[in-house]
Amino acid sequence: MTKFVDLHLFVPFKDIEQQKKLITKCSELGYRLVGIPIPSTASPNDIETLRKLCSEAGLDFVTRVDLAPRTPRELLEDLRRLRRRFEIVSVLCASKPVARQAAKDRRVDLLSFPATKPRDRFFDNAEAELASESLASFEIDLAPFLSLEGFLRTRLITSLRKELAIAKRFHVPVVISSGATNEFLLRRPRDYAALTFLFDLDSSLALSALSKAPLTIVERNRQKLSSGFVTPGLRVVRRGKDDP
Amino acid sequence: MIRQVRPRYLAIQIDTDASFEEDDVKDVVWNAVFQFFGEYGASKAGLFLINYDKQKKQAVLRCSHKALPIVHSSVVSITKIKGKPTALHVLKISGTLKALGKKRNV
Repeated sequence: MTKFVDLHLFVPFKDIEQQKKLITKCSELGYRLVGIPIPSTASPNDIETLRKLCSEAGLDFVTRVDLAPRTPRELLEDLRRLRRRFEIVSVLCASKPVARQAAKDRRVDLLSFPATKPRDRFFDNAEAELASESLASFEIDLAPFLSLEGFLRTRLITSLRKELAIAKRFHVPVVISSGATNEFLLRRPRDYAALTFLFDLDSSLALSALSKAPLTIVERNRQKLSSGFVTPGLRVVRRGKDDP
Repeated sequence: MIRQVRPRYLAIQIDTDASFEEDDVKDVVWNAVFQFFGEYGASKAGLFLINYDKQKKQAVLRCSHKALPIVHSSVVSITKIKGKPTALHVLKISGTLKALGKKRNV
């Protein structure tokens, strides 16, 4: 059975009732793993509460941080500070220099772009080439698509269609997330896959973007964050008696 | 001989706090198809509301098998009915009403 993943569920951080509602809904809709953006100021207790709520709902919980740096330098500082604290690092690329830096940095997992500003979407051929070399994935949040109307939505569909064609050409993994802030913006995984018909994405690729691609990122990062990890392809299996 | 137009039946769950009439559901689905695919797309869809259960908030739609992606994507893009926040989830898709009933008990 396919394990579906939603790597971007916006849960209000202090409202436990709403947290419970969203997490339960996510589980009901058929997701098995959920990524929740955590503010960098969050305490370990807050994270533990979320982990517990997810486990009660039968969901695997993944910590995620959303970075929105203004300059490449700021991005590098944020990555140095936060990379080892979170399982997923996403960068909202609001300028071209930030987008380029994020695409070539191996510590960045997801590249996302502003939905309402088509001119600020910098996912072009050069960006895709850098991203494919550094294993960064292109993330699409579908909540803005659902909530936008008229001309803005039309422009978003145009941008997404163009960007997905580029991602396919350069073999950049695509991750589809909900980006939902309330339960009415959440859909079933197969409904999201159907929605990508509007962006000319194959249904098999869409289903992979909802399961295989995000799972690969999570597994890779969990391995990297584990205590036995040395370097890609090398990990400590067992320690000897004289090892300090 | 394979029929040119084969039907597809979609079982839909309407997730909302409000209560709606059959016509409201019909209108909102038609409008969504019109909005994304225009009159030409809607004409190919062969869309028909077979059944609507107001209590269970479930509906069954019929469309042509070729227009299934059009109808499915339009249905899930609906976020409001009569201004009330709503989500439509496609529970099952089937080629016959009998099989749909067996799968979902709609």
